[in-house]
Amino acid sequence: MRKLRNFFAGTALALGAFSISSAGLVEKAAADWAPRKPVEFIIMAGTGGGADQIARLLQGLIEQKNLSPRPFIPINKPGGSGAEALLYLKGKAGDDHTVLVTLNSFYTTPIIQTDLGVDISTFTPIGRMALDTFLLWVHADRTDISDLDSYVATVKAAGKDWKVGGTGSGQEDSILTAMMEAEFDYEVTYIPFPGGGTVAKNLIGNHIDSTVNNPAEQNEFYRAGQSKPLVQFTPERMAAYPDIPTAMELGHDIVYFMQRSINGPPGMSAEAQAWYIDLFKTLFESEEWQTFCVEDGLTCDEWVAGNDLAAFHSEQGMRHRELIESVGASAITGE
Amino acid sequence: MESILISLSGGLLQALEPLNLFMIILGCTVGLFVGAMPGLGSVNGVAILLPITFLVPPTAAIIFLAAVYYGAMYGGAISSITLGIPGASTAVATVFDGRPLAMSGKADQALTAAAIASFIGGTISVILFTLFAPPLAEFALKFGPPEEFALMVLAFATFIGLGGDDIPKTMFSILIGLVLATVGLDIISGKPRLIFFDVPGFLHGINFLVLAIGIYGIGEMLWTLETTGGKVIVHKVKLTWSGFMTNVRSVRVYIKSTTLGSILGYFVGTLPAAGATPASLMSYGLAKTFSKDPDSFGKGNIAGVAAPEAANNAASTGSMLPMITLGIPGSPTTAILLGGMIIWGLRPGPLLFSENPDFVWGLIGSLYVANLFTVLINLAFIPVFVRVLTLPFTVLAPIIFVLCIVGGFAPTQTMHDVWLMLLFGIVGYLMRKLNYPVAPAVLAIVLGPLAERSLRQSLLSSQGDVLIFVERPISAMCIAIAVALMLYPLFLAWRKRRRSGSTNGGPEGSDA
Repeated sequence: MRKLRNFFAGTALALGAFSISSAGLVEKAAADWAPRKPVEFIIMAGTGGGADQIARLLQGLIEQKNLSPRPFIPINKPGGSGAEALLYLKGKAGDDHTVLVTLNSFYTTPIIQTDLGVDISTFTPIGRMALDTFLLWVHADRTDISDLDSYVATVKAAGKDWKVGGTGSGQEDSILTAMMEAEFDYEVTYIPFPGGGTVAKNLIGNHIDSTVNNPAEQNEFYRAGQSKPLVQFTPERMAAYPDIPTAMELGHDIVYFMQRSINGPPGMSAEAQAWYIDLFKTLFESEEWQTFCVEDGLTCDEWVAGNDLAAFHSEQGMRHRELIESVGASAITGE
Repeated sequence: MESILISLSGGLLQALEPLNLFMIILGCTVGLFVGAMPGLGSVNGVAILLPITFLVPPTAAIIFLAAVYYGAMYGGAISSITLGIPGASTAVATVFDGRPLAMSGKADQALTAAAIASFIGGTISVILFTLFAPPLAEFALKFGPPEEFALMVLAFATFIGLGGDDIPKTMFSILIGLVLATVGLDIISGKPRLIFFDVPGFLHGINFLVLAIGIYGIGEMLWTLETTGGKVIVHKVKLTWSGFMTNVRSVRVYIKSTTLGSILGYFVGTLPAAGATPASLMSYGLAKTFSKDPDSFGKGNIAGVAAPEAANNAASTGSMLPMITLGIPGSPTTAILLGGMIIWGLRPGPLLFSENPDFVWGLIGSLYVANLFTVLINLAFIPVFVRVLTLPFTVLAPIIFVLCIVGGFAPTQTMHDVWLMLLFGIVGYLMRKLNYPVAPAVLAIVLGPLAERSLRQSLLSSQGDVLIFVERPISAMCIAIAVALMLYPLFLAWRKRRRSGSTNGGPEGSDA
């Protein structure tokens, strides 16, 4: 009962606050934009992966903090390494009620799948929520592998029998796998699964030999003593993994980040873009988000939005083009 | 064992706290109606309900969402039976026999059977969950791509019983389904396949629910209009207490297929790759294969309603397991449940059981309570749902038509799917006229993508060696059972011929 009374009191307070603040906002209100129908929150990956978890956390926070008059509805469009989501967003040109949460396949998929006809520079940049990180994981039972050197030696001995799980050709894990193949001069078999959560599960079930999962995808299994990280692909050691060396420390120049950003379809109205930038900035600065970042090994130091994000995208797009050319698109697609 | 009982009683007490109990009853009722509305049974319903959960503590919030999910599983059967439109993909198999039963004036029987079978399925699965969750989580981990593929072969084997006697027509139907299942972007390389006329809508593949609603909703409506000319075709159902008790007592007719379906559904549900839809279809196939009267399936056999309903409820409980222990949601609805958990700082993973026992056991306890309340609420509403059928078909047909359009639009929110659904409606009507079985096509489009992906993953990891499917114990076992299932109808036919051949009947299958 007390709860119910608190709820009513809260509602009354909120209504009061609303009427006061709305009085002050009358002049501004005409120019302001807010969603008039549920917003489609497109995820360019499968359920249970890092992008999915982020979208669902953000959706919940939007509801919990009552930041939007209409709900955000997460929709997974994982097909073709994100091609399905990119084409969907392209088809939504001019729509103000669709946003996309990205992975790096945002850059790589249009480069590799040339016939897709998607130009990401036409999309409306909103904000960068985080930079996600990668580690190399093997099953905890692999006592023969304790560090990067023993890993490389084991993989070389196994050759094509070594199975690396990932989320699809052209996804960041396939690029990182190709970068490692080039650096250490070995070749592995890359097996795609629908989503990072499924990849993690297949490592724990011993159906694959190693993965380059994000921290969020493996952390619970790591804590349970079922998997172990060997090396992290960050410039410096992350606070969450103080004892795991970086590839740089070991003398291998492999550093790879994945951006987690929010983008609208081409031709979104400027008012809507401004509203979404505001919304996601509030979320970015929230205590819940920052806590999530620390726990999950995400880097969330700097808020990048609008044109700055477009510049970041263009720079990352170039870098990925170079990466793909240096390792060869076929090394990634496995053709 | 003792510790399980102590934890469970703690969980039950938690579920019976006034606030939690209220959330369960509210959730079940809302879920029942959400499930019964074609198109609302999707993610949108639960997403819209998510804000409600922020007014209550985390455990109550998750219990509420779980109750909605649970109620929706029951509700899906209602529109399948009364209107012939599958309310959710998990209730498609319920249409096969539920609709013919309703058309012959036995809607109350079918609805009662669906409710009771759901209850049995829910109860068996939650007991299995309570007793064997940790070992089953281990077992689910053993399921890699080869095991998944073997399971799909097993599912295809249950098709054999589905098509009636006309094998070529059944094969044709399966192949059409498999071809349609490959439309869209290739899962391994990401290349587009079978994009008819370069229509971009085909890139996301053909949604199975769109096909099912078209074939069953629209196709059946056209067929019924043609055969009856729009007259009232359903006899007024007399609803009396003694009639209800007779319906309840008839449970012994379908108890075997219900129990089988419950156990099957639970195991299939715990595998992250599968879920409730394949479980319900497999359960239907098994019930038909092992029935004494397989020919009556598809024409209104009560076991054909009970088996899939038991399985889909059992699977929905089962799919909580990978969600809790692996963080992999088995359906869009469990994905939202998962989102709710993450917001409250409950990280799904192998440690959740030991680190947050109050939450996990509270959730399990709530499933027991939700199961009981949903069956009571469901049974109480049966007279209301049956009344729908006493409308003249000329009134009912436009309602069905509108609900089909809404149901086709809701999952992806594109007009492309509505046009596709109407097209499938016409195709379904023609197939019905030409006496082609459509159920195998529906099954093929559900299982095709799952089978293809696991086949290709397996062959990638074995470097193309097909022996991988028989070298691993679980997968070899599934394949063996599948082969036995495929040969079983042949064996029956052979035995029948032998019996009728010899005058006094030979020895009872002694050399089998």
